[in-house]
Amino acid sequence: MLGKPVNRREALKRIGLMGAGAVLAGCGLPAYANRGSNGRVVVVGGGFGGATAAKYLKRFQPSLDVTLVEPSRRYYTCPFTNLYLAGLRDFESLGHDYRELEDTYGVRVVHDLAEDVDVDRRRLKLAEGAELSWDRLILSPGIDFRWGALEGYDEAAAEKAPHAWKAGPQTHLLRAQLEEMEDGGNFVLVAPENPFRCPPGPYERVSLVAHYLKHNKPRSKVLLLDAKDNFSKQGLFMEGWAEHYGDMIEWVGLSDDGRVIRVDADRLEVETEFGTIHRASVLNVVPPQKAGAIAQRAGVADESGWVPVEPNTFESSRVPGVYVIGDATEAAPMPKSGFVASNQGKITARAVVADLAGREVPEASWTNTCYSVIAPEWGITVANVFEVHNGDLREVPGSGGVSPSGAAASFRRNEALYAEAWYAGITQDVWGTRPGE
Amino acid sequence: MRELILLVGLALGAVLAWGIAWGGNGPEAVEEGAVDAERAELIALTCTACHGTEGRVVTEIPPLAGRPEAVLQAQLIAFKRDEMPQATVMPRLAKGFTEEELRVVARYFASLDADE
Ligand SMILES: Cc1cc2nc3c(=O)[nH]c(=O)nc-3n(C[C@H](O)[C@H](O)[C@H](O)COP(=O)(O)OP(=O)(O)OC[C@H]3O[C@@H](n4cnc5c(N)ncnc54)[C@H](O)[C@@H]3O)c2cc1C
Repeated sequence: MLGKPVNRREALKRIGLMGAGAVLAGCGLPAYANRGSNGRVVVVGGGFGGATAAKYLKRFQPSLDVTLVEPSRRYYTCPFTNLYLAGLRDFESLGHDYRELEDTYGVRVVHDLAEDVDVDRRRLKLAEGAELSWDRLILSPGIDFRWGALEGYDEAAAEKAPHAWKAGPQTHLLRAQLEEMEDGGNFVLVAPENPFRCPPGPYERVSLVAHYLKHNKPRSKVLLLDAKDNFSKQGLFMEGWAEHYGDMIEWVGLSDDGRVIRVDADRLEVETEFGTIHRASVLNVVPPQKAGAIAQRAGVADESGWVPVEPNTFESSRVPGVYVIGDATEAAPMPKSGFVASNQGKITARAVVADLAGREVPEASWTNTCYSVIAPEWGITVANVFEVHNGDLREVPGSGGVSPSGAAASFRRNEALYAEAWYAGITQDVWGTRPGE
Repeated sequence: MRELILLVGLALGAVLAWGIAWGGNGPEAVEEGAVDAERAELIALTCTACHGTEGRVVTEIPPLAGRPEAVLQAQLIAFKRDEMPQATVMPRLAKGFTEEELRVVARYFASLDADE
């Protein structure tokens, strides 16, 4: 046996897959030797997609020069903010930092905002004035909101009727409003059309808000006004709502006049397509979305506001050398989940390393598992495996699917336990946070 | 480059030959060298979103690094064949890969040390 430590490179050797490491080391240089560099990669955004891409670029090719641009020193995940809203999780436990990337992997982390991209000169301009040169650029900026696309809902309105769809002050605001709400009040959530960040997110949110209300303000009601007729894991959510919350949660879909067309944040009122006015004690609006602003600046987004990409690599279909991952992309049937964003980060890191070395990219697979917690011991999932088939992304036939309906309570309890374990696993994989840290 | 890919293929052929000797021939006959080395690693990377980098995080979800290859292989294939009644997401995920791919992934994690 070989001695310790056995890392991935050693493991590949031991199992006879030594090609990967050797090929990378051998071919990484020639393409860039004449330019005196091993390749400079700049990654914008230190969330699920970007932080993963930066880490795995260095794992695949330690000699790469990798810079991550992210304004925050501490990143708070959207996943599990619904548990925080329900009083089931401490907000600080959702925060992660960039020490592993800097100290273990040698990524240069610049805490600034990327303001503009010059694709011809291959330079990224930062808000504080600095410029970064890149051979390849990876953007993982997440989403921005289409302020005003829903009448009456702009940044000022969000201070009264929070979205809480990015983790931070908005999340605290919504929690404070829930705490102040009177017993017998009416919590109203407005859910958007597809596509949007986290397809099961609005439904998990109303579940956990109902959990909080059931235990603290049991006479209250939860109303979900939806611009769609179907939603993610619908049958399982409805089953869980009936089981845990009786008739506390009411869901109104598109066909039943669920689509909200106007918001009055001062009066906490919304108006639907056919003129029904709903009044809320706490109004939570999940607004229409688009790719983060830097995607528009780079010229990679299309008319839809999202970014079309090449399926096998996630290189922009519009601007060669610029790769885009995460929620910003148009990657259906992949959902806009942190799980998938992180997997895309790995595959794209591999594609960028191969591209810099002038090599072909290996065939990719991506997986996804979205856990939703309906009540503390009641979890449900949707799982997917994706591949490229005839030039398009698709789900591998016969794979994936949702948890069984009517499953035993022990099955639901296991999925709730695994949800917590997944959170520990992915935040270690992305930011290096140790479980319990 | 071609030569290197060929070498990888040959190395894998050997790996898979062992796999057949150990695991018997599943319903999907193993094609020698069909799973490319890098492809095997890209599949293993999908696992680490729950099991942690290199499959080392210990939670309700078990770590993978350094566990016996035969055990990992048997479990993955049992997931795929719906022979694990207590399982939750793993059968749905394992069905996205061929048995040959699952065998190589098992080998990958088995050959890592359990500790960093
Ligand atoms: C309530 C809720 C619950 C969720 N639950 C889950 C879940 O259980 N599981 C799951 O998988 N997903 C979940 N998600 C979805 C998940 O949060 C997103 O899919 C994920 O964050 C996408 O990753 P990303 O890298 O694309 O964007 P983000 O994680 O948002 O990261 C983008 C980063 O880029 C930075 N940035 C943006 N613009 C710039 C710029 N110009 N310059 C520098 N930096 C910039 C931002 O500061 C941010 O840190 C949930 C989402 C919500 C809202």
